[in-house]
Amino acid sequence: MITYLIKRILWMFPMLIGISLISFFIMHLAPGDVTSTEASFNPKASEESRQKLREIYNLDKPVIVQYGLWIKRISQLDFGNSFASHQRPVLWQSKDKNGNITKGLIQEALPITLLINLLGITVIFSISIILGTLSAVKQNSWVDKSITLFVFIGFAIPGFWLALLLMYWTGVSNQWLPISGLHSLNYQNLSLFGQFTDLMKHLFLPVFVSSLSGLAGISLYVRNGMLEILNQDFITTARAKGLNEKKIVFVHALKNAILPLITIIGLSIPGLIGGSVISESIFAIPGMGKLFYDSVLMRDFPVIMGILTIGSVLTLIGNLIADLGYAWADPRIRKGITK
Amino acid sequence: MKKFIGNSLALAGLIIITIVLLAAVLAPFIAPYDPNFIDIESILIAPSYNHIMGTDGLGRDVFSRMLYGAQISLLVGFVAVGISTGIGIILGSIAGFYRGWVDSFIMRIVDVVLSIPSFFLILAVIAFLTPSIWNIMIVIGLTSWMGVTRLVRAEFLSLRGREYVMASEAMGSSDIKIILLHLLPNSMTPIIVSSVLGIASAVLVESGLSFLGLGVQAPTASWGNILTDGKEYIQFAWWLSLFPGLAILLTVLGYNLLGEGLRDILDPKNK
Repeated sequence: MITYLIKRILWMFPMLIGISLISFFIMHLAPGDVTSTEASFNPKASEESRQKLREIYNLDKPVIVQYGLWIKRISQLDFGNSFASHQRPVLWQSKDKNGNITKGLIQEALPITLLINLLGITVIFSISIILGTLSAVKQNSWVDKSITLFVFIGFAIPGFWLALLLMYWTGVSNQWLPISGLHSLNYQNLSLFGQFTDLMKHLFLPVFVSSLSGLAGISLYVRNGMLEILNQDFITTARAKGLNEKKIVFVHALKNAILPLITIIGLSIPGLIGGSVISESIFAIPGMGKLFYDSVLMRDFPVIMGILTIGSVLTLIGNLIADLGYAWADPRIRKGITK
Repeated sequence: MKKFIGNSLALAGLIIITIVLLAAVLAPFIAPYDPNFIDIESILIAPSYNHIMGTDGLGRDVFSRMLYGAQISLLVGFVAVGISTGIGIILGSIAGFYRGWVDSFIMRIVDVVLSIPSFFLILAVIAFLTPSIWNIMIVIGLTSWMGVTRLVRAEFLSLRGREYVMASEAMGSSDIKIILLHLLPNSMTPIIVSSVLGIASAVLVESGLSFLGLGVQAPTASWGNILTDGKEYIQFAWWLSLFPGLAILLTVLGYNLLGEGLRDILDPKNK
């Protein structure tokens, strides 16, 4: 188990280098750089001043040298400063000469996206287990059929369209829920509980929209897993023994059906993080997705690279946790009987 | 019974896809108006006899734009999946056939690309290229080949040890011949199923990008960018948001149904 853990963690480093290589070169093979965007905001900028900008950011050096410089800085966890938004640090806060602290862009955005995704995963996990189990136990009944219908629609519905409709329905025409941002205007004056409810109200729609397709997929997965397990010999044995059917389903079968979910959820992390671009842009939530979208529009290299890197690290950590969780939850692996 | 359900799923999917296909192909003939014709006199008209899906903020006929949007969505789906399936088949065949370090190398690349949130990757590349329909198709294709690669490799690994493959090898057939004649044809079922499902997700990604303004650019109509307009007018013009969203939903649903149905039909175990 320990050797497995160490191997697994060491493996993350070559993965990281691969990820940084791919993202860095894609970014630089494309035509245009930050100087051209900034210049388009300021038509008076001369060719001379643009050249100067390129030099400051090392954009005049060959790509391979730029990559080297970037890797060197990143190994010291220095992700540099944003090109676009007032030179703010990309990753973590910094202090200037006067002791003023400027917060990092990712430092502010990441907790929000993490919160949304953790809530999303919790929702996906709990609801899909219920739906999948129900569907499997009542196979081919109307319950099963309507859940299957929900699954197909959940897969096919464009998240941004759903977001738009929900925003209109719950926010504009009925005013049940706030439709954008994270906090109400009077957030500062609310009690702690009030702040919590306010935040949850703002997060309800984004979490719902971003978890719907995962919910559909995993419900289907649980259903199929349960059906397979319910046909296995040990379940037949349990039934023959006269065990209570509820106990068979919820204790013996479910345990085995849930196990692979740990891996699946680990694998769905990049999708969730990527999906945050659309939901955060629509609901104006200042998380990683919106930050990424804004940076992409500004061609803000350091921020784009920072988010790609941090996003991939999160994915790797997510997969690691999933693998370890799986190893821990499966007694066959935990006790070293199989790999 | 299961086979029957599978067939009716596939049938439903096939009908939806055929309708979209017809709409796209016949768009120039059945569209009542020029999709880009701006008519200031008839801005934001609700669905009526003259404009069955209403008009948008520039007075363009939404139904005509929807028909032309179908062309975009079909084109993106097929070309993007063509690219990703092509790459996947080539890399997967090499990895599964030669095994050893080539296999490890290719599979590690797959792992690396899979761990970059794909929508971030697509968005980054698209933003650096000029957004155009061709760039979108290429980028979606280039960021979605990993699944097919894994699939083809796994199929090859399991087929490699079969008698007929070994017999062919013993008779001195070339590698290419074994791959093209024996291994690939026997791996077709999962490849077809995953391609059909891949089209569905390519359509979703394209509409998402167009919605964000990074996809198909105005004035070319795409379901995604009709929705972007719809967002502006959602309080006054529900039809601008409803129809394109429904079209995307049904098209994606159609491909998913077809894919799942084909999986059941083509699976010899179900016969």
